[in-house]
Amino acid sequence: MSDKILEIDDLKREFVMGSETVRALKGVSFDVLKGEFVTIMGSSGSGKSTLLNLLGCLDKQTSGEYFLDGIDVKTLDRNQLAKLRNFKIGFVFQAYNLLPRTSALENVELPLFYNSKISGKERRERALHALEAVKLADRQHHTPSQLSGGQQQRVAIARALVNEPVMILADEATGNLDTRTSYEIMALMQELNEKDQKTIVFVTHEPDIAAFSSRTVFLRDGKVVKDSPNANKKNAKDALAALPVSDDY
Amino acid sequence: MNIFNLIKIALKALLRNKLRALLTMLGIIIGVGAVITMMSIGQGSKDSIQSSLSAMGTNMITIMPYNNLPGGGGGVRLGASSIQSLTIADVEKLKRDVTDATEFSPAASASGQAIKGTANWPTTIQGVAPSYLDIRKLSVNSGIEFSDNDVRTSAKVCLLGQTVVNNLFGPNVDPIGQIIRFNKIPLQVIGVLSPKGYNTFGQDQDDIIIAPYTTVQKRILATIYFHAIYASARTESVSDLASEEISKSLRESHRLREGQDDDFVVRTQADLIKTLSSTSGMLSVLLTAVAGISLLIGGIGIMNIMYVSVTERTREIGLRMSIGARGIDIMSQFLIEAILISITGGLIGVILGIAASIFISSFLHWPVIISETSIVISFLVCALTGVFFGYYPAQKAARLDPIEALRYE
Ligand SMILES: Nc1ncnc2c1ncn2[C@@H]1O[C@H](COP(=O)(O)OP(=O)(O)OP(=O)(O)O)[C@@H](O)[C@H]1O
Ligand SMILES: [Mg+2]
Repeated sequence: MSDKILEIDDLKREFVMGSETVRALKGVSFDVLKGEFVTIMGSSGSGKSTLLNLLGCLDKQTSGEYFLDGIDVKTLDRNQLAKLRNFKIGFVFQAYNLLPRTSALENVELPLFYNSKISGKERRERALHALEAVKLADRQHHTPSQLSGGQQQRVAIARALVNEPVMILADEATGNLDTRTSYEIMALMQELNEKDQKTIVFVTHEPDIAAFSSRTVFLRDGKVVKDSPNANKKNAKDALAALPVSDDY
Repeated sequence: MNIFNLIKIALKALLRNKLRALLTMLGIIIGVGAVITMMSIGQGSKDSIQSSLSAMGTNMITIMPYNNLPGGGGGVRLGASSIQSLTIADVEKLKRDVTDATEFSPAASASGQAIKGTANWPTTIQGVAPSYLDIRKLSVNSGIEFSDNDVRTSAKVCLLGQTVVNNLFGPNVDPIGQIIRFNKIPLQVIGVLSPKGYNTFGQDQDDIIIAPYTTVQKRILATIYFHAIYASARTESVSDLASEEISKSLRESHRLREGQDDDFVVRTQADLIKTLSSTSGMLSVLLTAVAGISLLIGGIGIMNIMYVSVTERTREIGLRMSIGARGIDIMSQFLIEAILISITGGLIGVILGIAASIFISSFLHWPVIISETSIVISFLVCALTGVFFGYYPAQKAARLDPIEALRYE
């Protein structure tokens, strides 16, 4: 087996709405290697979310090929897809999507509930470990409403990590955050990518966020228009240090 | 996902909305509570009616005058006491004719004031034959019974029930041999009846004076008629035959022609028990209907709130699916939530019903029997209600599309 995590070939997704057909993806092909940090950029409506949903096995392509870790996704049924999401993928959403009135720790535990092989004790330990990785172990009993947006997103990242997935998919994960907090999240992503060799596919439409990745895929109107490695990948920790100490705007 | 985790998640969801969960349960709580209480009362009174009827003697047959003649008041039926048809001649003929009944006692009763010294007590005097004590399974506690000779001579003697003794004599006086007055007629107390307590209908069976029927007829009522005739069938199984023989004999002595209605009624204890148990059978059908309706309403309440809950938590469902929940996991989560609501409601209802039954039995002194079957059945029905009414909302949740659920505002 190659060290390709993702292989997509001529991937198409069409939405039929009454008599109209919206062609959100018009044949997208690229591979992602193990340990890559890819950002997907493009203007609004270019099909980024549609692509990410396909990559995350939340949706099925109209045509084309998609192999995730060597598995042909289109042959799987709903339950097998759920299992795949549980074992191989960690999602981070723009809107965090944490369960309200539920502690950070319990939120992080959630994916492990759907893995019957994991005992209650192990579940707790792994959730705590994931929270430590995002430096929120001291906030484990806080509910989302008691956390800042950046902290909530870090809890969501911990939740994406807890199942030890082969790949993290993030859809505008910094979209709701200010510059400093965005950089903090990106620093965390870089750390996960470099230290733990996690593959990351990160959708954004901000070029300065894309600059932290090793490769950027540009989408326009449902097609890949540019796919280039990042020659001078920026370090998020350095960028964070370079920010003015007190932002007064 | 294992069942304990599911229950845990469902519990958490319910606890997040305690008041709503409680309100949802209310229909079930009230329904189950009411059913348990009513079943307890029904079962209790049925049992106590039956046991007090058998205590009276299952062989007993009661004959009462009954006005059913066309001219008998143009639809107005007169009470038994005002109708005059049963006489001593009837009793004598019955004794000759009827083979399946062994003992007969006429009864003439009067109410009035019993007086001893300064004490007085309103009560009833029952004028009967000596065989009455056998027929009614009564016995004399102290003193002696009166004899046929006392009947012949209209002797001024009587037997007192314990309540009358207590009210006329107080605790430390031996009433035997003393003279009391009933409606001014002096009667000598020759015996005291063994206490029988209250019957199912709340009557004090010890609030009675018993005397020879001739004494009551001549000295108190000045009548030749009786209010009733009591008889005892040879065995319980021949009581219907005995009752037929009695009717035949009485029709002869009352000279009723073919086609003419009886001017009396004959009732066996078996008849009474049958009537009462058919009433209680109807009662339980009614109770089942009430239970069914209240559980239906409770179930609809659960269904409604589960739909609301699924809609409210669409994003949560989407999220759970995106991190690996299968349709069946989501389905079980909501189904268990519904079952938990209905079972908790059922449990509270059962506890409330038992509490109400205990309250009724200890404060209102109604006979109450809490039956385990009614508890088990209501509980099972509750769980089924949860499954039935939780199924559709849960299925709706399980079928959601993960992306659309995640996007739901
Ligand atoms: N469920 C759907 N039904 C119909 N059309 C859809 C659906 N989802 C997406 N589309 C269409 O597909 C196209 C791509 O949408 P997509 O959400 O992937 O864009 P995007 O690149 O993520 O945009 P943004 O940056 O605003 O999030 C759009 O034209 C959109 O209207
Ligand atoms: Mg998008």
